[in-house]
Amino acid sequence: MLLIPGQILRKLLLIAIAITGIGLMPIGFAQVDTFAFDTPEQQERFRQLSNDLRCPMCQNTNLTGSTGGVAEDLRREVHRMIMAGMTNQEIEQFMFERYGDFIFYRPRLRAETILLWFGPLLFLIIGGGVAFGISRRAKVVNAVHGAPLSADEQTRLHELLHKK
Amino acid sequence: MKNLRFYIPVSVFVVLAVVMWRGLYLDPKELPSMLIDKPLPAFALTTVEGAAITQQDLPQQVFLLNVWGSYCLPCLIEHPTLMRLAEAGEIPVVGVNYRDKQELALRWLDDNGNPFAFSILDEDGRFGIDLGVYGAPETYLVDAEGVIRFRHVSVLDEQVWAEKFVPAIAELRRENN
Repeated sequence: MLLIPGQILRKLLLIAIAITGIGLMPIGFAQVDTFAFDTPEQQERFRQLSNDLRCPMCQNTNLTGSTGGVAEDLRREVHRMIMAGMTNQEIEQFMFERYGDFIFYRPRLRAETILLWFGPLLFLIIGGGVAFGISRRAKVVNAVHGAPLSADEQTRLHELLHKK
Repeated sequence: MKNLRFYIPVSVFVVLAVVMWRGLYLDPKELPSMLIDKPLPAFALTTVEGAAITQQDLPQQVFLLNVWGSYCLPCLIEHPTLMRLAEAGEIPVVGVNYRDKQELALRWLDDNGNPFAFSILDEDGRFGIDLGVYGAPETYLVDAEGVIRFRHVSVLDEQVWAEKFVPAIAELRRENN
């Protein structure tokens, strides 16, 4: 029986991986549709739009990752619109008119979404204000209570501490 | 002043607690429709039976537009309600056969009964996209002018009918008179 030392075995394995390209295979859940594009730029736009648009049915997946029927249809529509020469903005508007803000992973800045965007900042400012107020008050209290003791107070403190 | 110090944080807490408590019971699947108060999108398709049809052929009165498919199990749950409404003549029901196959749709109607005045055949889901549909079943309430007034996502059972649709329809019919 032929024994191969571990070192060589590992090298052989690496070579095998390099040849077959297993190591290069992107691991993900992308749905494979066969869409044809005229330019790499169109393909890149398709990839980016399908990544940034949310599947309305499955809720926590983008169009790229969803197996849902409506996601399949929307990918087809995105492809059709890119090939028809529509801009990203026009495509996003198309989606917004039908599915609303929900379709975007990054909702647009509008009156309805302003709290969503700046709510956390608002809470941070309020919280910071409260924290600042508390620490300032603590300083005032400290100034009063941290003043040096008078001679009388000193004696009384001494008595209290040494009382048996 | 002392009282204010106490009541402000307490009231902030109470407001937040109520908002979040309510949030626990919201259904994240019930997305608001973008088409409320907008006219039903135009279409030129066929019925499930194969007759050519456009938005001109829709009922000239308040009607329901029900999105269904033969693959859709919840559609079977709401089916008796739609049958009852159609048989009682309470309101016309138009179907949208969404992402289905024509022959499967026909067989489903044969097997289960057909509550629809007609069903719009939307095999590739393109009309569904214009409606903002994300999955069957969905039911739209459309007024006499062809404007969408209300949408319900998921099963339309007797309770949903009584609680949501009956008041909405009563209001629409009042508007017309």
